[in-house]
Amino acid sequence: MTEKRRLGAFICHCGGNISDFVDVAAVRDAAGREDDVVVARDFMFACSDGAQAEMSELIRSEKLDGIIVASCSPKLHLNTFRGMSGRAGLNPYTYNQVNIREQCSWVHRHDTPAATAKATRLVRGGLARSRFSRPLTDLRVETVPAVLVIGAGVAGIRAALALADMGIAVYVVEREATVGGNVATWGKLFPHDRPGSEIVATLLDDLNKHPNISLFTNAELTAKSGSVGNFTVQVQLRSETISLHVGAIIVATGLEPYTPRPGEYGYGTPGVITLHEYKQLVDEATGPLTYQGKRVKTVAYIYCVGSRQGSDPDLEEPNLFCSRYCCSAACHSASLASTADPDLDQIHLYRDMRTYGRHEVLFEEAGRKGSVFMKFAGENPPTVESSDDQLTVKLRDDLAGGEQAEIPADLVVLVAGMVPRERAKLQEILRLPLSKGGFFNEIHVKLRPVETVVDGVFIAGASQGPKTVAEAVASALAAVSKSAALLLKGYIDLPPLVAKVDASKCTLCDNCFGACPYEGAITRQEVDGRQVAAISPNICKGCGGCVPVCPNEAIGVDGVTGTQVTAAIDAMMKDRVHA
Amino acid sequence: MTSAVPPRGVQVDDPKILVFSTQNISDPGIDLAGSAHMPYSTAVNVISLPCSSGIHPRWIVRAIKAGFDGVFIAADGSDCAFLADCTDKTASLVKDAQGMLKESGEDPRRIRMGAICSVCAEPFVNNLKQFGDLLKQL
Repeated sequence: MTEKRRLGAFICHCGGNISDFVDVAAVRDAAGREDDVVVARDFMFACSDGAQAEMSELIRSEKLDGIIVASCSPKLHLNTFRGMSGRAGLNPYTYNQVNIREQCSWVHRHDTPAATAKATRLVRGGLARSRFSRPLTDLRVETVPAVLVIGAGVAGIRAALALADMGIAVYVVEREATVGGNVATWGKLFPHDRPGSEIVATLLDDLNKHPNISLFTNAELTAKSGSVGNFTVQVQLRSETISLHVGAIIVATGLEPYTPRPGEYGYGTPGVITLHEYKQLVDEATGPLTYQGKRVKTVAYIYCVGSRQGSDPDLEEPNLFCSRYCCSAACHSASLASTADPDLDQIHLYRDMRTYGRHEVLFEEAGRKGSVFMKFAGENPPTVESSDDQLTVKLRDDLAGGEQAEIPADLVVLVAGMVPRERAKLQEILRLPLSKGGFFNEIHVKLRPVETVVDGVFIAGASQGPKTVAEAVASALAAVSKSAALLLKGYIDLPPLVAKVDASKCTLCDNCFGACPYEGAITRQEVDGRQVAAISPNICKGCGGCVPVCPNEAIGVDGVTGTQVTAAIDAMMKDRVHA
Repeated sequence: MTSAVPPRGVQVDDPKILVFSTQNISDPGIDLAGSAHMPYSTAVNVISLPCSSGIHPRWIVRAIKAGFDGVFIAADGSDCAFLADCTDKTASLVKDAQGMLKESGEDPRRIRMGAICSVCAEPFVNNLKQFGDLLKQL
């Protein structure tokens, strides 16, 4: 006979992310009929301040001693609702999160009755676990006040400087021989027309002077072990491998400029170059532009090369994303080119002009200086032809009612976007998931934009997706704040979900000693005149490897004890309802 | 609400499968299948644990006895942050559970193990599809 509990069941609509595919009211009502459930409610957004306030009030007024929230993945909001429970006076470890979004509504979008039945089963399982939960106290562990920053581009260097200024030791590991990434190769940058190389030189000077920063070039991460607050990483230098201890890791590995395929918009033909190459031409110009010894009188820009490729049926893995910076960079280059040669004719062939925010002035300025803009649709891209040393760009001009236009040009500039840098090895070591575009993926683009599923590992800059320099630095500083918040206290409170021994069942067979990889985690102690196994909570990591080797089922990991797991299994199968 | 049209490959009589997943490794992989809207059977239900080496064989057998048609262990494999020999230990307990199931007169093929990493959305869906097909034949 188990003790009577007072449980609350809170079901989230997640806007429509859940309730468009799951009958949330039916799940709520089913939860309300479960044993020990004294209150069941549904919320449009359980994570909203209002919903949390309402749940807190219910915890207090109904004197709840355990709750579940059925919503998104625990990776997103486990800590949110544990925090809410704690603030409401409920022990956070009597809370269970039930994932009915990623593991239900988002994969069963075409069968509402079956998805609803599954959500109900999952909720029953969560309630069963909460029914056998017990109050626990966090485990406090010391953290290493050091951060590994992978990548010495602008984002990585800026992150390193900010962390170092807070007194945190920083190890910057750069794969290349030089620092600064792509920005170091760029000329004048908006809005101050300061060359990228100059910006990098200033940052590098600050970095070299900072006593808290160690920079390793020609260096690569080769291994990582440990956990949040206390990682050990191996870094391969030219002639040796070094071992570093850090509390957090920031990945700022940057981007690669997209390289067009041979023949893509004529790429490979003399006079067809990328924006990256064109910018160098413009930056070096002191008067009219010249290309291969000839004066350039007409430039045609083709936008969205390598980006937004969804309408290209020939590509197996098209880049579906917008690269964000290229419209602005092309307009900026056009303005600079006009300044160098006011007589230069410039025609921009674009799909949509995305000079967003303050970059709009670049579009206006380019127009004022004589640039002409012609719009094309993604399914009707321009073509580039070459004949007798003359390039001709042909397109269907959407703004002129679909009229066919032929533009003779001395130079065709392919406004190419960004793609992820080679990251397979790093991904294997850090085990970070990738987005559809192949960039490193955050937990939640809005709510946890620089955190990853690996606790203590953060992403910054264009390793996460196309970004402008300003956006890359902003995300780097966000990763800095998350890392520093983790490390500056000197400790973190970890969930006390570790193994425990029921002394009354233990016969000291010693099986658990052999199963545990953590030295000193299991010891002997005397209880009621008998020697039994005991587990040190500060050393135990809560893997549960000792659980199945115990012949008496005397060991359980808090939160997932045998009682809780079997209760969840039985609850899920309560009605033997088949989906 | 959307119309109740099952996607291709998801049938209403799919075998009931319990998945034991792991919080840091296979859970993110399974979540990723959700984020990518990759459909699998609604009869697949997940219980998440810290590490696949911590699953008691009796829980697996209990699940079959309780009414699940099969149990899939979404193992940490070589990615396990806890144990270097996680795969071996998980395989050992799966073997024990299969032995227990066989002794009770059930087909041990109702228990399957596969390594599901934190980005293994597609392998997860494929594994469950294959396992479901096998269970239909038992």
